[in-house]
Amino acid sequence: MEVLLVSLLNGLVYGMLLFMLASGLTLIFSMMGVLNFAHGSIYMLGAYFAYESTRWIGFWSALLIAPLLCGAIGAAIEIWGLRRVHHNGHIAELLFTFGLVFIIGRSVQMAWGMLPMPYRVPASLDFPLFTLYGLQFPAYRGFMLLISAGMLGGIWLLLKRTRVGMIIQAALTHPGMTAALGHNVPLVFTIVFAGGCFLAGLAGVIGGNYQSTEPGIADAMGPIVFVVVVFGGLGSLAGCFIASIIMGMVVTFSVVIDASIADLLRPIGIVPRSDDLLGEILTVPVARIGALLPLLMMVLILFFRPRGLLGTRDT
Amino acid sequence: MTRRSAIIWLTLLAVAIVLPWLFYDFAHHRPAGFVISMLSQMGMMIILALSYNMLLGQAGLFSLCHATFFGFGGYSTIHFLNAAGAGELPVPTELMPLLAGLSGLGLAIVFGAMATKQRATAFAMITLGIGELVATAALMFHHFFGGEGGVSTDRMIDQSLFGLSYASGIQVYYLIVGWTFVAALLMWLQTMTPLGRMANACRDNFERAQFMGYDPRIVRFLQFCLAGFFAGIGGGLYAITYEIVTFDAVAAPLSANALLMAYIGGNMVFVGPVLGAVLITLLQSGVSLMSNSWLIYVGVLFIAMVTFAPAGITGIIMAHGPVWRAGRLSRLILPYLRLVVPGIATVAGFVGMVELLSFLTIGAAAGKHLVLFGSPIDANTAAPWAIAIVLLVVGTVWLRFEARYFARVWESVAGSVEARA
Amino acid sequence: MVGWRLFTAIFVGLLGIASVGAARAADDTIKIGYIDPFSGPFAATGNNFLKVFNFILEKANAQGGPLGKKYELVTFDDKLQPAEALIALKSVTDQNLPFVMHCVGSNVGSAMIDAVSKHNARNPDNRLLYLNCGALATELTNEQCDFWHFRFTVNVDQRAVARIKTLPQSVKSVYLLNQDYLFGQSVQKATQKYLAQYRPDVKVVGDELVPFGKVQDFSPYIAKIKASGAQSLVTSNYDRDLNLLMKAGNDAGLEIRYDSYLAHQPGGPTSTGPAGDNRLTSIMEFHDNVAAEENNPAAEKFISEWRARAEFNFIPLDYVTMFQMLTAAINKAGSTDAVKVAKALEGMKVTDMMGDENVMRAEDHQFLGPLHEAIFTHSAKLDAEKTGLGWKSEAKISGADLTLPTSCKMKRPAS
Repeated sequence: MEVLLVSLLNGLVYGMLLFMLASGLTLIFSMMGVLNFAHGSIYMLGAYFAYESTRWIGFWSALLIAPLLCGAIGAAIEIWGLRRVHHNGHIAELLFTFGLVFIIGRSVQMAWGMLPMPYRVPASLDFPLFTLYGLQFPAYRGFMLLISAGMLGGIWLLLKRTRVGMIIQAALTHPGMTAALGHNVPLVFTIVFAGGCFLAGLAGVIGGNYQSTEPGIADAMGPIVFVVVVFGGLGSLAGCFIASIIMGMVVTFSVVIDASIADLLRPIGIVPRSDDLLGEILTVPVARIGALLPLLMMVLILFFRPRGLLGTRDT
Repeated sequence: MTRRSAIIWLTLLAVAIVLPWLFYDFAHHRPAGFVISMLSQMGMMIILALSYNMLLGQAGLFSLCHATFFGFGGYSTIHFLNAAGAGELPVPTELMPLLAGLSGLGLAIVFGAMATKQRATAFAMITLGIGELVATAALMFHHFFGGEGGVSTDRMIDQSLFGLSYASGIQVYYLIVGWTFVAALLMWLQTMTPLGRMANACRDNFERAQFMGYDPRIVRFLQFCLAGFFAGIGGGLYAITYEIVTFDAVAAPLSANALLMAYIGGNMVFVGPVLGAVLITLLQSGVSLMSNSWLIYVGVLFIAMVTFAPAGITGIIMAHGPVWRAGRLSRLILPYLRLVVPGIATVAGFVGMVELLSFLTIGAAAGKHLVLFGSPIDANTAAPWAIAIVLLVVGTVWLRFEARYFARVWESVAGSVEARA
Repeated sequence: MVGWRLFTAIFVGLLGIASVGAARAADDTIKIGYIDPFSGPFAATGNNFLKVFNFILEKANAQGGPLGKKYELVTFDDKLQPAEALIALKSVTDQNLPFVMHCVGSNVGSAMIDAVSKHNARNPDNRLLYLNCGALATELTNEQCDFWHFRFTVNVDQRAVARIKTLPQSVKSVYLLNQDYLFGQSVQKATQKYLAQYRPDVKVVGDELVPFGKVQDFSPYIAKIKASGAQSLVTSNYDRDLNLLMKAGNDAGLEIRYDSYLAHQPGGPTSTGPAGDNRLTSIMEFHDNVAAEENNPAAEKFISEWRARAEFNFIPLDYVTMFQMLTAAINKAGSTDAVKVAKALEGMKVTDMMGDENVMRAEDHQFLGPLHEAIFTHSAKLDAEKTGLGWKSEAKISGADLTLPTSCKMKRPAS
């Protein structure tokens, strides 16, 4: 029971962090058809920028500076990069972001070296918030929840209450029609791309000290965010949100389950031998294959429902 | 097959046969091992890239799990070789890649049935998931994949059609040349079959293909299976060459490599991926020996290709075809020459900056000495930095200027060629 | 066709450029091919080792190398992939280098043993020795032992013995948490084995394998550990996996000892920081405070020189010993001939910088040297990576105490 409740909270924290990354990616993906491979790299940049500004100015200003820098980089990528590649097709755009991964990855190594950076939780947030069954829940995680909930509210207001939001919503589902109505779709693209990178940078600021700040984090976060976006479905922020929470929960809960497929089979009298390949697959506990589950879920949902969970149109 | 294409194929085969002897190590009276292993790798990568292009170029399918079939073929071959070594499998070494291909085909049938239900981005995502699944499973299940350590074998199983022992790299190289030639030839011929043509049709307009009575899904499926078969052959050669297969052979970086090779070489021409495979292998094996920043060069090369030459290197070459036939190529010589100097300056400035920067943060820490373009350089003095910056800035500005001039000449030449046609 | 001609020209040209780098020769040096990851995700490890070796070789060469020649490293990047390592090995044999050295990754190490053995059998005129400086899997000197392979570092089983023997008597329950890959699994098996052998009083209350480098948040594991009531967490985790584990543990207020195997790796102290104060221990060959702890002025000078140029602690004392052994062996053999040097290395005993005896065991080519169990604390004299915290030895185990039986049945060449 205690494990369950603690995991629920932690799953929520991780899920919200995922959503912060995935929301930007899903907006970009839905509008431009580009699955931005470099999104994880922007997240990493956010963490490094946050480390630097924490060192020189302070954590609270980093909360604004790092995302703004990431947003500016995003805008630059869109204006001078993606827009030029656009007429070469989707695969070209995708490959363009793929090249960016290499360049950003190595540039970060060149600027900060390869060892992890001591980017730590600010002292003012470094205390236990409450204690649950003898385990403390740190205030910083509460803060992360607060920030991501604030972001969720912010995006919702932006999309529902502002003119830009309306256009973005329109462009999400009917990009061609929106352009035909005379809206400056390229500008909207730039705003969305920069906004997505802003959110990724923000995730980097609060994720960089929650996890660690090193060149490997881009690769660590990249794939799972992809899975979330595809799982949630194209053109649906709600689907993205649900998928983020589900994936956060799946990843957190799978590690506490020690059961394997063989345990399910045992009551009906099938006991696999563990010394062959099949036996090995059947007897591996869920806790060990936790990392596999999100991928498996993504492949299955694409197989049965290619639009994703709440997707509004085909990919 | 026309007479001209036969000549091209045979010339290429002859080049592949002669190449290792051009790098003969006279000091030690043996062929140069490094060159042979690099050429061997090129052979496998050519098969991988060509088979990948059956999906990307021919069928317009953007797959992200191609290494899965390559690696699976490799793993199977290790087990086949071990069985053969134990006397349980009377198959000669020369035919092992065929078994590997069949293993790849088997796996491709299973995964293809799942993935080819979809197309475009959904297909890409399913294949991404499949690739990651298999790569993770390879680390987890020890019976077939051997975990981190991989599975290993001894290729000297003493069963050969030609009485060869395969002790030396050069014998294996010729085995690779043989199989690469056969596989490439088969893939080339496949592009002319009805299936190959239908794959093109489904790529360009799958709805029209559907109206014509073909099921694009079946076409995708067959194409996917064949690609898996050929990738498996490549994996078999990989296993025979290295005598060990680890999870790197099924992991995402190799799938990404297949994509890079096909795209950089040019996916709309059959020979494109071959060129890409050669280039990328050289970059990885050759340049990575000289610079640890090779990934950034790959990234920049890639972005430059995507932005300026989406049809790849062969695309650039092909674009000169009409001009050449019209006898106007000479008009382009001057503009090209004018590109050379600023081009070199830009590249040199960029390489200089990257190497200087990465030396300061990484190289110096490891106690290395910086050697750039053959001469030792002290990164703590201002001179090399100033030179690199000036080269980069002046080179870029100048290059932009020359590029505009080039574009003008090119347009007028291409326009006149078109007008004549 | 113009395309073909251009194609061939580019091909031959690039191939030429690539092979120029491979053709070099000099006689007044002893060249050692050094294969490790210098690019990709594990590049940091390779570069740190290189820094250590450059320092050690500078010293060794200043004292006059073997046969009056100087050591020189020729580096090759394997990106931690066995296939890339084997291509690099081809370059090493191309250049007729007598030694190939490799540190990172038992999977690469296993492939190297196999490849060097096959190469030496197939090319008797161009043999070389494989100097293993960090592939730790015990099998490499047991089932997979090979005449051409020498391991100059202490293996997983020996480290596990040191880990268990130095576990405080007050600890009665442990939780094992290891990474789900080759190294983690062998640590898991060895820890289980020697816990049962040396500390039957200790209860294993949890035994877990976690995905390697994939876990983003260790909180659920921490909940499990907390529920088990363990006093000590014995773990193979290092770098990111250890850092995130301890971060989650501290966030949750878990009071437990972290008894690790590799927490001392470069970058480890930085990412752990104050969170590890007085609760993190590791098993290591050496650290910056050993010299002062054992009152050895020569070693203190060595360390102060090291600290002037590097930002992380000097751990691999066994690498210093390795070059002592290699120099002695080459001098004894009178050449760098692989068989002669190998025979000279077998059973060699040398006294290391701290005055302890180290042995290269003849039966399995496994190095026997001392290990320290040290705690990460703010009361250490010299800190690690400018964190204000450093390593302080709690126990030292001699090489003789780490002598374990071997199952090696070595095939030796006739000549």
